[in-house]
Amino acid sequence: MTLSLMKGKLKGAQQGHSLLKRKSEALTKRFRDITKRIDDAKRKMGRVMQTAAFSLAEVSYATGGNIGYQVQESVNRARFRVRARQENVSGVYLPQFEADIDESINDFKMTGLGRGGQQVQKAKDVYTKSVQTLVDLASLQTAFVILDEVIKVTNRRVNAIEHVIIPRTENTIAYINSELDELDREEFYRLKKVQEKKQQANAQLDAENAARKAKALAEQSQDETKQESQEVPDLTAQTEDDVIF
Amino acid sequence: MEGLFFNIDSGFIEGLVRGYRDGLLKSSQYINLTQCDSLEDLKLQLSATDYGNFLSNVSGSLSTTIIEEKLNEKLVEQFRYIRSQATEPLAKFMDYITYGYMIDNVALMITGTIHERDRSEILERCHPLGWFETLPTLSVATDIDSLYQTVLIDTPLAPYFQNCLSVDDLDDMNIEIIKNALYKAYLEDFMQFCKTKLPSPSDEIMERLISFEADKRAINICINSLDTELGTDDKLKLLPALGKLSNTAYQHQMAQSDDLENLKTIITSLGEYRNFFDTTNDKNLEDHFYEYEMRLCKDAFTQQFTISTIWAYVRSKEQEIRNITWIAECIAQNQKERINNYISVY
Repeated sequence: MTLSLMKGKLKGAQQGHSLLKRKSEALTKRFRDITKRIDDAKRKMGRVMQTAAFSLAEVSYATGGNIGYQVQESVNRARFRVRARQENVSGVYLPQFEADIDESINDFKMTGLGRGGQQVQKAKDVYTKSVQTLVDLASLQTAFVILDEVIKVTNRRVNAIEHVIIPRTENTIAYINSELDELDREEFYRLKKVQEKKQQANAQLDAENAARKAKALAEQSQDETKQESQEVPDLTAQTEDDVIF
Repeated sequence: MEGLFFNIDSGFIEGLVRGYRDGLLKSSQYINLTQCDSLEDLKLQLSATDYGNFLSNVSGSLSTTIIEEKLNEKLVEQFRYIRSQATEPLAKFMDYITYGYMIDNVALMITGTIHERDRSEILERCHPLGWFETLPTLSVATDIDSLYQTVLIDTPLAPYFQNCLSVDDLDDMNIEIIKNALYKAYLEDFMQFCKTKLPSPSDEIMERLISFEADKRAINICINSLDTELGTDDKLKLLPALGKLSNTAYQHQMAQSDDLENLKTIITSLGEYRNFFDTTNDKNLEDHFYEYEMRLCKDAFTQQFTISTIWAYVRSKEQEIRNITWIAECIAQNQKERINNYISVY
């Protein structure tokens, strides 16, 4: 009964192993894909940030002063929002960030009305783009970290099943098998022994019987000879009813 | 006649300003600056100019912000020195120059007040030339009326505020409009002052310079308000009544046009501003403005016995600060291809 239980366990472990292995492979594939995209995004970010910083320099050239404060103060509502949603990759929930720009919100349109307004708007557009790149990068990066963790866990499980659980179950099964064989052998030996004993007993019995018989025979023959010696002299002396002469 | 007595009061100052003008960076010096590979190199190059070792006290690494700050300090220092020597009407004239900065500071202060920022934080950002005694107290005001009654009435800006006082609540949109309305009033007043109080060559030159300033603002306001909810009437209120575009017909056309092409046609119909929208050589409108202004300023120095040189000098110096900041920024960000976008006329 335990054996069948163990065998079931082994089968389950093997199935789980192959499933987990497949999951880990799928995740790794995804992981590589994300790594590549992170690389691209980072390069892009470098470029975009550079132009963005430069457009800010253009703004300060055109407006001739620090408008940062003015811009900071005149913003009331967020034009750029980040939305998070979840994506399921082989059972792992990866957060995905999405940029959402509300074109109707444009709080500092009036900044630089007197001078440099165009540069301010241009810088705003460029920075919007750079923030978008950052958001993309953020969702990739988060996915990267989470996937990394999950892949590690999955691989650990795969390895644990492959190198610990399966061999252990196999060992147990082997042990049970050997134990069962042992039991079998013992039983067989015992049976044999019993048979042997029985045979011995029989032989003895036979011998005894034979001896008794022989003795009886010997006694009988003595008797017979005695009888013969007594009876032989006169066979005819006896008269028997059934003897018809 | 003016030339005869000019030197009694203003001779020293004119000499001083012309000396300062010679200290402005020349084209060859700009070329040297653009060759620099790092901000340290730039510092070295600048130390050979009139700036001397103005950056020597800076500890730690240089940044464009620090350089700009120090350059501005230098300008303010020179301006204050001249101001301390000045007599009437030059003193008044120089005060007028500072009013422009005051308007900026007031607008900044109001913005900060609405958003309940720390006062010292805002005061740091105010332009030192636009500083006046009661500036810190501006933060007590919560609406335009009390602002005017308690603080601004004692400042030279009071007359300008009268025109744009309204019961509207202060908000960001309004502040920008108030600022521009103030500026319009300021320019008109300045023009009036120059025409009536300044002796002969100065008033002509100043008229040219202020007219251009007014046109520049008018063009900018019209272009920058294209996609906003600023109505035609509001725009008309912001357009200064002087300069080449001050003609009512022009103003109405400009205020009514709602696309860039239309505006371009109107502006380029003026001979002087013909090539302002020419975008070859990577130049944008702002560059053209600066270049034209610098040419006017350079011309201002060709006349003697005039105090308009001070205005021209302040403007040239500001442009120089922008140029150096621009070059420094290009060097710091390693964007050498546009480093030659500075404007040098001397």
